[in-house]
Amino acid sequence: MSKHVVDARNLLCPMPVIRTQDAVARSRPGDELRIVCTDPGAVYDVPAWCRVHGHTVRRIDRLDREICIEIVVAQVDAS
Amino acid sequence: MNSTRKAVALISGGLDSLLAARVVMDQGVHVEGVNFYTGFCVEGHTHAIRRQDRTRPRRNNALWSAEQLGIRLHILDIIEEYKDIVINPKHGYGANLNPCLDCKIFMVGKAHEWMQAHGFDFIITGEVIGQRPMSQRKDTMPVIARDSGAEDRLVRPLCARNLPATLPERAGWLDREKLYGFNGRSRKPQIALAAQYGFRDFAQPAGGCCFLTDRQYAVKLEDLWKTRGSKQYELDDIMLLKVGRHLRPRPNFKMIVGREEGENHFLEGYRKRFVHMMPVSHNGPLVLLDGAVGSADIELAARLTARFSKGRDADRVTVEVHDNRSPASRIEVAPIPAGEIPPDWYL
Repeated sequence: MSKHVVDARNLLCPMPVIRTQDAVARSRPGDELRIVCTDPGAVYDVPAWCRVHGHTVRRIDRLDREICIEIVVAQVDAS
Repeated sequence: MNSTRKAVALISGGLDSLLAARVVMDQGVHVEGVNFYTGFCVEGHTHAIRRQDRTRPRRNNALWSAEQLGIRLHILDIIEEYKDIVINPKHGYGANLNPCLDCKIFMVGKAHEWMQAHGFDFIITGEVIGQRPMSQRKDTMPVIARDSGAEDRLVRPLCARNLPATLPERAGWLDREKLYGFNGRSRKPQIALAAQYGFRDFAQPAGGCCFLTDRQYAVKLEDLWKTRGSKQYELDDIMLLKVGRHLRPRPNFKMIVGREEGENHFLEGYRKRFVHMMPVSHNGPLVLLDGAVGSADIELAARLTARFSKGRDADRVTVEVHDNRSPASRIEVAPIPAGEIPPDWYL
């Protein structure tokens, strides 16, 4: 299990989702991804993408204009 | 024994693609969705940027559709490849700069590639004959199937009974009798089918899902191409065309004026690439100047910036100018009267 950071700052949706999708494709089940973004829409879109693919959103934090979404890659992923 | 057949559905986030996927799922087919990001998508951006649009549902409609259907959705970045479609559409433009037919051929072609790469059997779209004047006509539907390479693996479940049987129908993967024969611009059959499935709160974009169909956006893109002397663009160019008020007071420069706080925040991300200015004696917009500007241009731009500030009725407004080469400077100007702004400055 490893941890990765996805820098999606200054990108508008759906780019943060696409960056997350690409990072998940390179990850292994159980890996943790920390997606850092600035588009408020990512708070809705990244979790929605995770739900349809079965990944777990562990937490969402906001610091000023930055949003950090932590997800855990599903055990079985066909994305 | 037949294994479960697999179909890839083009999911735009609108009602038709939602219904088309569901109709096929009802026949026991495994469906996954693909959604394409061209950079011109209306979806998401304007309400992500503009505060005044934030009362609308904050959601990606394609992902919302996928959740309603309970399917996976793969969002594919086609920004670079799509440029050639916008710049050189073989079949020409539809409304404004929308390369309607080429766009559909390209997207079905990409779905076909995805289908082959992932071992899927056929493709689903929500197209309906007569729904759109250029890409959804009885005579253009075979062109899309042929030029995309999908051929008879392209199924349009909502109007399939008005078209020749496709491979999935002939092979018995799909029961043609359970597909539909919708035709024309009426939305009533789709609304009725949505009610039957219990779909509510689906997206109904009034002007389509692509900025290229928008007249005002097309004017700004044509202006960009004209002033640059070539039909090229980068993602940042087309993003900036979605934001702010655009004025071209002189052939050598354009102003991008933030209309509200959300747009000002968005434009801040581009400050370092442009000469920019903002009023400091009064509240007002962040303004980017796109092009080579001289001192007379700066003064004119500052007077216009003052015009769009809270100091529009004041005698003098102080405007701070940043040219990214020297320290910021401040100039005091009289706001330009509204009547002195020729309408053709607005793009």
